[in-house]
Amino acid sequence: MQLTQDQLQPEPLQDWRRYFSFCTDHKVIGIQYMVTSFVLYLAGGFLAMLIRAELLTPDADVLVTPDGDPTPYNASFTIHATIMIFLWLIPMLAGFANFLIPLMIGARDMAFPRINALAFWMIPPGATILLASFFFDPPGAGWTSYPPLSLQGVTDANGLVHFHTGQLLWQISVILLGTSSILGALNFITTIWEMRVPSMGIWQMPLFCWAMLATSIITLIATPVLTGALVLLTFDLVAGTSFFRPESGGNPVLYQHMFWFYSHPAVYIMVLPGFGMISEIIPVFSRKPIFGYKAIAISSMAIAVLGFIVWAHHMFTSGTPQWLRMFFMITSMIIAVPTGIKVFSWLGTMWGGKLRFTSAMVFAIGFLSMFVIGGLSGVMLASVPIDIHVHNTYFVVAHLHYVLFGGSVFAVYAGIYYWFPKITGRMLNETWGHIHFWLTLVGFNLCFLPMHKLGLMGMPRRVASYDPIFTYLNTVVSVGGFLLGISTLPFLANAIYSWIKGPKAPANPWEALTFEWTVSSPPPVENFTKLPVLTVGPYDYGHEGRSPDEIIRH
Amino acid sequence: MQANESELKTMVAAAGEAEATLVHEDHAAAHEHPDHRLFGFLLFLVSEGMLFVGLFAAYLAYRSVAPQWPPKGMPELEILLPAVNTIILLSSSFVIHQAETAVKKGDLANVRKWFGFTVVMGAMFLAGQLYEYAHLQFKLQSGLFGGTFFVLTGFHGMHVLIGLVLMMTVIARSLKPGHYTAEKHFGVEAASLYWHFVDVVWIVLFLLLYVAK
Repeated sequence: MQLTQDQLQPEPLQDWRRYFSFCTDHKVIGIQYMVTSFVLYLAGGFLAMLIRAELLTPDADVLVTPDGDPTPYNASFTIHATIMIFLWLIPMLAGFANFLIPLMIGARDMAFPRINALAFWMIPPGATILLASFFFDPPGAGWTSYPPLSLQGVTDANGLVHFHTGQLLWQISVILLGTSSILGALNFITTIWEMRVPSMGIWQMPLFCWAMLATSIITLIATPVLTGALVLLTFDLVAGTSFFRPESGGNPVLYQHMFWFYSHPAVYIMVLPGFGMISEIIPVFSRKPIFGYKAIAISSMAIAVLGFIVWAHHMFTSGTPQWLRMFFMITSMIIAVPTGIKVFSWLGTMWGGKLRFTSAMVFAIGFLSMFVIGGLSGVMLASVPIDIHVHNTYFVVAHLHYVLFGGSVFAVYAGIYYWFPKITGRMLNETWGHIHFWLTLVGFNLCFLPMHKLGLMGMPRRVASYDPIFTYLNTVVSVGGFLLGISTLPFLANAIYSWIKGPKAPANPWEALTFEWTVSSPPPVENFTKLPVLTVGPYDYGHEGRSPDEIIRH
Repeated sequence: MQANESELKTMVAAAGEAEATLVHEDHAAAHEHPDHRLFGFLLFLVSEGMLFVGLFAAYLAYRSVAPQWPPKGMPELEILLPAVNTIILLSSSFVIHQAETAVKKGDLANVRKWFGFTVVMGAMFLAGQLYEYAHLQFKLQSGLFGGTFFVLTGFHGMHVLIGLVLMMTVIARSLKPGHYTAEKHFGVEAASLYWHFVDVVWIVLFLLLYVAK
């Protein structure tokens, strides 16, 4: 369909200022999400460096107040985790989804552009409130904020106990960010379900859309329960109720149930979009149709559904009865099945393909290898006897970083290397991409692999000091951590330089078949002047020598 | 829509480029401005419903392990006033349904009338609830009993209040000529859907708080 002049979107701001305005273009919003969350990722990473500096030596000596109180350390790991989860991974992946979904399904924008902009603009205040909590009795109860710890008052210099401002700020911030992701989710579901070009049935959707559909269903259903838990926690904190205060009859374990009812599915919110991006990248650089399209699509949905009945595996040591532990142990282990289906499908896609080792592809392969390690330690943790042994130790820290960094962050980097040309219209430097990959891979494993051992030896997480027998491994971990921090620099330099001065990107530098590659890089404001017609599946590779223009009709 | 799609696919598969483009053009003409707002609004209500499900689950968790409910020293809840309130709110769902019927005929005067009645009934419900609050023997801080009672009814009351604002907005907008037509009236539909939602939540709430022993 050719747009008439009055149907074209008015273009009020086409310069840099639109990135700072309430712009409703999904591409602008996508970039707003991605850049904002990357800046916050750097802040969260900086906190991680501080944490590793503290843990370089057994004594609490870096992140402590002059009188030896480790409150700054507690605040650092609390805010590190909160940033990485709520302000880095979730909005970063929402950024990709915002930019890509309308382009992938042949739509001109999201279903609700203004709600979309609103969802983004809830993030900067959320981030500001969270960071501000550092300066008002910083929260130190971890990103889980379990009561009664999170409900402790603060004792001031005069010995008076008063209420914990930083904790309140933390709760307000998380409620705000949760609302933002609910608004995003209903937008994604509506867009994916209702706005595909007529020739694209659900079984012709790119797998990233499937992944975002599953993710958004989880967000939509699970997030309100976290909001409910945090509202009750806020009443306890400021209004003198006793929902989670054991001393006046409340039940702190109920908070854990409500919290994990959201937060376990939330780990899939953080990794399913990554799975989706990997499913886009691997076939393109293997030059082969994806293995098991339907299996991957359905397993995303299966993970979303199963994800709702595994939450209490975080609570095996919280007095959960034996029969319930068995139930949650079995359901948690079953999740490994749809995940395994995906992993084998990706391997099957690469098997016998003409692999092209671009930066995106090496990060995708890195994702596969690292995520499998995290998946295996996940199955170990799902087993009740092992979990009781390693609960609250560094084994858990190792596991969660293998799935959320080795999984999600590697996938995000793969996605950035893959879609950077489309988003910015410039190519990234491949050599520096590979340098970035190897530094990240080495730093990552140096940092998190020894943590498994530390956990099995019994080193507890979230404590500023530790027994000197753990010193050697902690030194290795810290060196790895600093290397991981440094590994971000070549990427940053590459991204900033390439965005300004990189070689201009063609419309389809990777010879991919999904719709976003049929439009110019960066895409025009209206995305498609003529709606594309799908005549070839998203992964029907093996058409070497034919341009996608021949096989995708306009 | 579904039939249309499969039809399209066969056409696309069989036909050349020109025809395929033609098919999309026809389709676009038939659905010039597809309206996804109702779909999105339903999703929002699902999400909002989960907030209440979470709070209900918490309430049931507290109640199921309490040795007695209401706990020692807490009064039984008076059921008469909330029962009257329930009847008012339930009937208002039928009243607002009249507005939905009216708007499909393009009869905006009747939409205003039925929405007006619903607003009055909603306001009566809220007044009844405030009266109940004022005469209760316990407060928000009175242990789990007081806490759950006030948070649950308060959250619901807030939704009633939002419903009133929505309905009054619709009434105001309906005065603008051409804003709602027999075919396009998302605002009317959304406000009444929201009202039915508030109603259903109240029924569960009423059964849990006042009726279930």
